[in-house]
Order: sequence, then C-alpha cells, then structure tokens
Amino acid sequence: MRPRDGTPIPEPEPIGPSHLLPPADVGFATAGGVTSRSPWELFRRRFRRHRLALVSLGVLIGLCIVCFGAPFFAPYARDHQDLTLGAVGPSWHHWFGTDELGRDELTRLLYAGQISLEIGLAVAALSTLVGVVIGAIAGFVGKATDQMLMRVTDLFLVLPALAVLALALEKFGHDSFTIIWVLAALFWMYVARVVRAQVLVIREQEFVEAARASGATGPWIVVRHVLPNCVGPIVVNATLAVAAAIVAESSLSFLGFGVQLPATSWGRMISDAEGYVGTSHAYLLYFPGLAILLTVLAVNFLGDGLRDAFDPTSEPA
Amino acid sequence: MLSYVGRRVLYSIPVILVASFLTFAFVRATFDPTAKLRQSRTAASAIREERQHLGLNEPLVEQYGTWLGRFVRGDWGTSERTHEAVSAQIGRALWNTTQLIVWSVLLSAMAAVAIGVYSALRQYSVLDYTFTGLSFLGLALPAFWFGLIAIEFLAVGPKQWFHLSQPPLFFVGLHSTSGGVVDYLRHLVLPVLTLTVGIVAGWSRFQRASMLDIMSSDYIRTARAKGVPRRRVVLRHGLRNALVPLVTVMALDIGALFGGLIITEKIFSVPGMGKLFFDSLLAGDATTLTAWLVVTAAFIVAFNLLADLAYSWLDPRVRVA
Repeated sequence: MRPRDGTPIPEPEPIGPSHLLPPADVGFATAGGVTSRSPWELFRRRFRRHRLALVSLGVLIGLCIVCFGAPFFAPYARDHQDLTLGAVGPSWHHWFGTDELGRDELTRLLYAGQISLEIGLAVAALSTLVGVVIGAIAGFVGKATDQMLMRVTDLFLVLPALAVLALALEKFGHDSFTIIWVLAALFWMYVARVVRAQVLVIREQEFVEAARASGATGPWIVVRHVLPNCVGPIVVNATLAVAAAIVAESSLSFLGFGVQLPATSWGRMISDAEGYVGTSHAYLLYFPGLAILLTVLAVNFLGDGLRDAFDPTSEPA
Repeated sequence: MLSYVGRRVLYSIPVILVASFLTFAFVRATFDPTAKLRQSRTAASAIREERQHLGLNEPLVEQYGTWLGRFVRGDWGTSERTHEAVSAQIGRALWNTTQLIVWSVLLSAMAAVAIGVYSALRQYSVLDYTFTGLSFLGLALPAFWFGLIAIEFLAVGPKQWFHLSQPPLFFVGLHSTSGGVVDYLRHLVLPVLTLTVGIVAGWSRFQRASMLDIMSSDYIRTARAKGVPRRRVVLRHGLRNALVPLVTVMALDIGALFGGLIITEKIFSVPGMGKLFFDSLLAGDATTLTAWLVVTAAFIVAFNLLADLAYSWLDPRVRVA
C-alpha cells in the first residue's frame, strides 16, 4: 500500500539469494527456524502497539484493585464518621474532603466503586452470554427460528430503555443483584445482532462445510468452529457494554431508582450531592463524576484498541 | 418504492401492537389501581366493587382489548395523580420535549457535520485530534453529571463571582413570568447544551468516518481528475453522499430521544415527557405510565421507519436488497 502522506517509497532492494525467502519476521517457516504465529500471538502484538488501550487496561485493573481491595487501600474504615468535622474540602488528611456526615470522601468513593464496577462487569458478562446464545441460534438455525428471535430482538429495541428499567426496578426491588438482571435483560440485543450477522457469514464458509462433511453435529460446529471466529466482535461489544452498564446504573441511581442506602454507587453519590451545586461543598459532586468519566473513558479506549487488534485487515505487526 | 414503503409501514403495526400489549401487561402487573383504597381501610366489598368497575377481574387480553379500543379513539383515561385527561397531559409534555429536541438536534447536526467534514479533510491534523479527544470525552460524560457541572460553572458560579442579581442562564423550567425571547433562550441554553454535548460526540465521529470513506472512493478521484473544483467535489460529490448514513443514525437517535430525556428534564425541571414519566412513576400513576410508554415506543418505531425510508430514498440500492 502506498503511504498517503507523501513518504517516499523505499528503493527496491537489490535482488539476491536472501531476498527469495520472506523476511524472518513475517511468520512463515524460514530457513533460519520456525517462527509461525498463532492468531493470538498476532492479536497480542497488534494490541500492544495500541498504547492508549494499554494504559486504559492498566487504569481499569488499577481501579478494580483499589476498589475491591478497599479495606486495605481506603484511608479510613468504611462509614467512619468524624462528627466534629462535618463537610470540609480536600485537605492533607482527607484528600477528597469529607461529606456532610464527616465521612471521608475517598473511602466512600472506593466502596461505591465496588458496586459500580461489579454491576458494570456482571451486566456485560450476563448480557454477552445471553446475546451470544440467541444470536448464534438465530444465525445458525435460520428460517423460522431466526425470524422469531429477531422479531423479539426488534421488540426489545423499541422499548424506551431507561423508562422500562426504572419501571422494572420499581417492580422487582433495588438491590444490586436485581439491577444486574434487569440491565442485562435490556442489553443483550446489541450483541445478539452482531453475533447473528457474523454467524450468517461464517456458516457459509468452507471449513464449516468440511466439518459438517466429516460428521460434526450442529452444536459442535457452533461451539468449536463458528463462535471462535466471532470472538473479536463479541469481546469488543462486551467491553463497551461495561461502560454502558456503568452509565445506565449511575443514571438510574441518580434518578433514585438504583441502589438504595446504605449501599452506594458513584451515581448515587452524585445524586446525594445534587443539592450542593453552587455551594462551597460542590467538590462532593466532582469526584464521583470524575470516577465515572475515568472508568468509561478507559473502557472505551480499551474497546477501540481491541477492535483494531482483532481486525484481521489492520496492518500486521 | 411505494410497495417498499407499504411493506415497511405494515411491518411496524404488529411491532407497536405487541409492544403496547407487553407495556400494558407489565404496568398492570406492577401497579394495583386499588392500592390507594387498600391503604385507606375501605371495606373489602368496596374494593371488590371498584375492581369490578375497572374491569380488573376480566382476563388480561380482554382488558387490553378494552384499553386499546379506547386508546385508539383518543380516550387515554384520567391520570390518577392529577385527575386530568392523560392525553392533555402528554400533549403538553410532548410540546416542551419537542422544543428541546428540535433545538438540540439542529445544533448537533450543524456542529457534527462541520466537525466531521473538517476532520475528514484534514485527517490527523491537530484540530482533528482535538475533536477526536473531545468526542471521546463527550461520549464518556454522564449526562446528569455534565448538567450539574454546567449549572455550577455557567449559572450559579458566574452569579456569585460577578455579584449579579440573577444567574446569566436559568436552570429551572422553560419560561418565567417575565417572558420574552431573551428569557426563553436563557432557559433553553443549559438543557440544550447538556443534550447537545452527548449527541454531537457520537454524530461527529460517525460523520468523520463516513466522509473519510467517501472521499477515498474512486468517483471522487475521477471528479478531481476531470478538473472539478475542490469545493464542488467536497460539497456536491462528497458531502451529499456522506450525509446518507448520518441521516439514518439521526432519525434513530431522535426517536430514542423522546424517551431518553428523563435525566435532562429532571435536572432542569423542564415539564416535558421525561419529567412526566418520573412524576407518574413516583406516584404510581398506572394510566399515565401505560399511555406514556406506548406513545414513546410509537415514536421510536416511527423514527426507525423514517430512518429506513429515508435511507432507501437517498440510496436506491437498499430497496433492491
């Protein structure tokens, strides 16, 4: 491919015996030794070049460690109150300040992060599982099954999501377990559509025909031959679902339909601080919002990097 | 084309019917219209009579049939919260929501097209990177947080810093008693800005990708080679075609907006659809909730349909497939 930015095309090298063989790092067996590369190896190489995605992965892992390890990392005990203090701005003792009950804001943020991250990860896992199963069945079985499943998917897509979520949580309760199920029930359609489209393409390919000819059954073909070839879009969508679920949970919590006290999530903390807009306690508003922003940003960058790394048409590393 | 339109329209009718049935059943299962009577120690016989009167003892499908018959004729029932006709309530809310949507969509579309085209023509320039960074930020910003921060820094903050008698921008409702265009705009800026930030981030990315795709196609090179002026190539050959996918996405998003304004309207106390839903849900107003959900689903279906039709009209190849 000719570089677009006007970089001069390198002079052709003089043709010699060594040039007849492909260069050693292209991934063929060469005279110098075998350097074959599995698709995973190629994926790892491409992903490692995506610096922003690598940083994001680090940020996310770091966030998970400090939030789930809050008992070790939090500067104060959970719900420890300093009643003589009340709400004061950031200081050396309380990096992010304290809330109106004299609780350390950083400590609260870490414990709230447990719930936000837990919901984000669980919803992504659950909705991906459901979406993959439905999408794979619809795409592979086809015909009436496909029609029926896709009409159900369409139906779920026309429901105003946030409203239905709020309504469902009114009905089923507000603990994080319920929130996870209800969010997953409204998140699976996107993965299902992507997987179905992918399966429709793959099931027509020769290796599937070969597997069938050698006597493989339908479920075996789907699990061993079709789904491994959809891993890219599935992982990318699952990643983005984490971000969407965290935002959805925080929006619901902000409206008062999410987790209920004493449990708290980042969205809930913003909701609690809503009244402090324009007062000297507005800092209570900033930190939970920044936490959501940082997490979602990192997840989106990670998804972007994964998409490029999985894309077989992007340049080999 | 006509048969295509007909097929698409016919297909939407069962979707909206099934969606309305599900909504009806779900709201019925969530809220008991006689809950208030129960609380007030009304005799069991009175409750039974009320249930009979409301038709709650009929099979669900029959109840739905009755409801649908009335709904189609424009009788959407009476709100249990305000004791007002639901249709009047929704009509008023819809008008306020529509104002927000029209302004935000106009603003977002202009900004997104301008940003997208610029970024595509000057790919990897400093400004392109800036816009890309901003759009990632915009996509990650939770709308409710941005709204609150905007109030802090654009309304309450300036009032305190410059010792004004009132904030430069208002953040409650859409009108105040003083009235006038300036007053209206001062109310409008913050909610529209909150909505626009989220929308522009997505649309501009989309427009950039679609413009890049078009500008690298063969007919653009042909047009350039023929000596067509660059301006004309970009606007007539490039932009016109690059807008086609954006129009589809816009239609889909606008449909979703009618149900998705809950947060913005709550922050800025705009008496629109979102606020109506929120208040009705807290009050357990089942009649309004059912009508609300069906109307919003209908908007989403209608705009999905519009997206399909617009796409097939702008790009005739779709109709054949």
